[in-house]
Amino acid sequence: MPGAIYAEGLVKTFGDVRALDGVDLDVPEGTVLGLLGPNGAGKTTTVRCLTTLLRPDSGRAEVAGLDVLKHPNEVRRSIGLSGQFAAVDEYLTGRENLQMVGQLYQMTAQAAKARAGELLEQFNLADAADRTAKTYSGGMRRRLDLAAALVVSPPVMFMDEPTTGLDPRNRQMLWEVIKQLVSGGTTLLLTTQYLEEADHLAHDIAVVDHGRVIARGTSDQLKARTGGERVEVVVHEREHMSDAAEILAGFGKGETTVEEHMRKLTVPVTGGAKLLAEIIRELDVRGIEIDDIGLRRPTLDDVFLSLTGHVAEVNDENGKEAAE
Amino acid sequence: MSAVSDAVRIAPPGNPISQSVRDSLVVAKRNLIRMSRIPEMVIFGLVQPIMFVVLFTYVFGGSMKIGGSTSSIDYKNFLMAGIFAQTVTFATASAGAGIADDMHKGLIDRFRSLPMARGAVLTGRTLADLVQTALTLLVLAVVALLVGWRVGSDGDTNIGKVLGAFGLLLLLGYAFTWIGALIGLTVRTPEAATSGGLIWLFPVTFISNAFVDTSNMTPWLRHVADWNPFSATVQACRELFANPGISASDAWPMQHPVWASLIYSVLIVAIFRTLAVRKYRSATA
Repeated sequence: MPGAIYAEGLVKTFGDVRALDGVDLDVPEGTVLGLLGPNGAGKTTTVRCLTTLLRPDSGRAEVAGLDVLKHPNEVRRSIGLSGQFAAVDEYLTGRENLQMVGQLYQMTAQAAKARAGELLEQFNLADAADRTAKTYSGGMRRRLDLAAALVVSPPVMFMDEPTTGLDPRNRQMLWEVIKQLVSGGTTLLLTTQYLEEADHLAHDIAVVDHGRVIARGTSDQLKARTGGERVEVVVHEREHMSDAAEILAGFGKGETTVEEHMRKLTVPVTGGAKLLAEIIRELDVRGIEIDDIGLRRPTLDDVFLSLTGHVAEVNDENGKEAAE
Repeated sequence: MSAVSDAVRIAPPGNPISQSVRDSLVVAKRNLIRMSRIPEMVIFGLVQPIMFVVLFTYVFGGSMKIGGSTSSIDYKNFLMAGIFAQTVTFATASAGAGIADDMHKGLIDRFRSLPMARGAVLTGRTLADLVQTALTLLVLAVVALLVGWRVGSDGDTNIGKVLGAFGLLLLLGYAFTWIGALIGLTVRTPEAATSGGLIWLFPVTFISNAFVDTSNMTPWLRHVADWNPFSATVQACRELFANPGISASDAWPMQHPVWASLIYSVLIVAIFRTLAVRKYRSATA
C-alpha cells in the first residue's frame, strides 16, 4: 500500500530546464521525509507538484490516498503547506490571518475564530495576536505561517525550507514545534538545504540533485554508505606526529591522513569506542600528549559530497531555488 | 501539541455557488481590512481625480467649446461624466497591484493550496476595489457639486436616472478591475502592475468623448472614440444626468449608450474573468 505521500516518475520542465527528472517518493504515514539538496535541485518543484500548485508533465502522485491530478480539491482539504516565504498578510493581525485561513478551509466563522485562538496560544503568539503581522519578527512570522498551515490539523504537511533565513534560536524553536507536530502522528515532507536539519528532524532522507532522488535512507544508512567511522587525533607536539602515525597505522583499516600544520591525523577504523580506548591507552604508554581525540562518523556533508561529487551549495542569503 | 491530534473537522463540500460567494466575501473582507490599514493609498486615490476636476474646470473650462457654447459652466457639466468614468477605471491599477503583491509575497500560493473556490481570490479583490471605487465616486461627486456641477443642467432627469448613471460607472469600474487582475497575475512585481494598469488607460480615456467633443476629431479617430466602450458609459451618464455635450454621432453605442455601456461592461467581465481565473489556476510566483 502506498504511503501518505507517494510519487512515481514526476517530470516537470520549464523551457529547457528539466526541474524534475523522474522523482519517486514514498513516505509512510506518520513519518518525516527530509528532502535534501542544493539550490535548484528540484525540492520546491516537487513540493509544488505534490500540493497541487503545479501540474507535472508526467508521472503520478498520491497524497493522503488521493490522486493529486484527479482530485486536487480533495487533496487540498488534507494538506497543510508552509512555503519558502512566510505567506501571511502583513496588514492583518495574527488572529485575522488565522481566521481567514480557517474560513477558507471551509470552517464556520465561529470555529475558525476558536481555532485561531488555540493556535496563537500554542505557537506562543497570544501576546501579539492583535498586532498586524507587519510588526512581527522573522521568527514570529514563520510561526504564524506554520500555524496557518495547521489550522485544520491536516494529516499531511509540507514544509519548504521552514527555517531558511532564521537565526539559530528561532530555528531551534521551530524544530521543537515540528517535533511536537510529528509526535501527534502527522506525516511530514520537509525540504531543507541544512544537512543538520534533515539529520535532526527526518526519519528518512531523500537526497535530490538535478531533479532526481539520488539516494534514500535513514541518516545512519546514508552515512554508512559513505564509508565507516574514523579516528581523529590532534597531538600536542609536532615531533610526536610520526610516532602517533605509527600507532594509528597499527589499529587502522586504511591509510592514515596527516595534516601537518594542524598536527592532526585521521585513520579509518572499525570497532568503535572500544578501539578508541585502546588507541588512547597506547598513546599514553608511549608518552604522546594529545590535544584532542575522537571517533568521527561521516556527516551529511560528507554524504552529499560522495553522492554528488560536489559539495552542497548552501546559500544563506536567499533560499530560493535558482531554477524556478 | 495535543490539539493537533483532535482533528478539526472540515465541512463537507457544500453547494459550489454558495461556497464561491462565501469565499469571495472572506477575501473581500481581508482586502478591505488591508485598505483601511493603508489609508494613504485611499487618500492618494482620491487626490488625483479631485485634481483633475479642479484643473480641467479652471484651466480648460474657459476655452472649451461644447455644443456651440464656450461657457465654463457648460464645460463643468460636460466634464464631470468624463472625470467620473476615468476615475472608476483607475481601480484597474489598484486591483492589479494588489494581486501582484499577493503573488510576490507567496499568498497566492497559500490560497491555491486551500480547498477554496477557484475564482474567489480574484472576485474578493475586485469586490473590495468596487467598494473603494464607490467611496471615491461619492467624494468626487461632492467635490463636483462644490465646483458647480449640476445634474439636469440641460434637460430633465430624476433621482432614479442619476443613481442609474452611478450604477453604470460602478459596473464599468468593476469590469476594468478584472483587466487589472489579469495584469496583476501576468507581471512580476506590484510596481509593474501599477504602471501596466495605468499606461493603456490614457489612450482609452482620452480617445473618447470624456474631455472633448468628438465631432472635432479626424473622422477615423472619431470612429474609434464613438465605439470606445469607455465613451458609451460617458455618453450614458451625460444622458442620465441630463448634462450637455451628448454626441450626435450615428454610431450605435452613441445612439443607445445605456445599453451599450451595460453590454460592454458585462462582456469585459465575462472575457477577463475567464482569462484571469484560468491564469490564476496555473499561477506561479
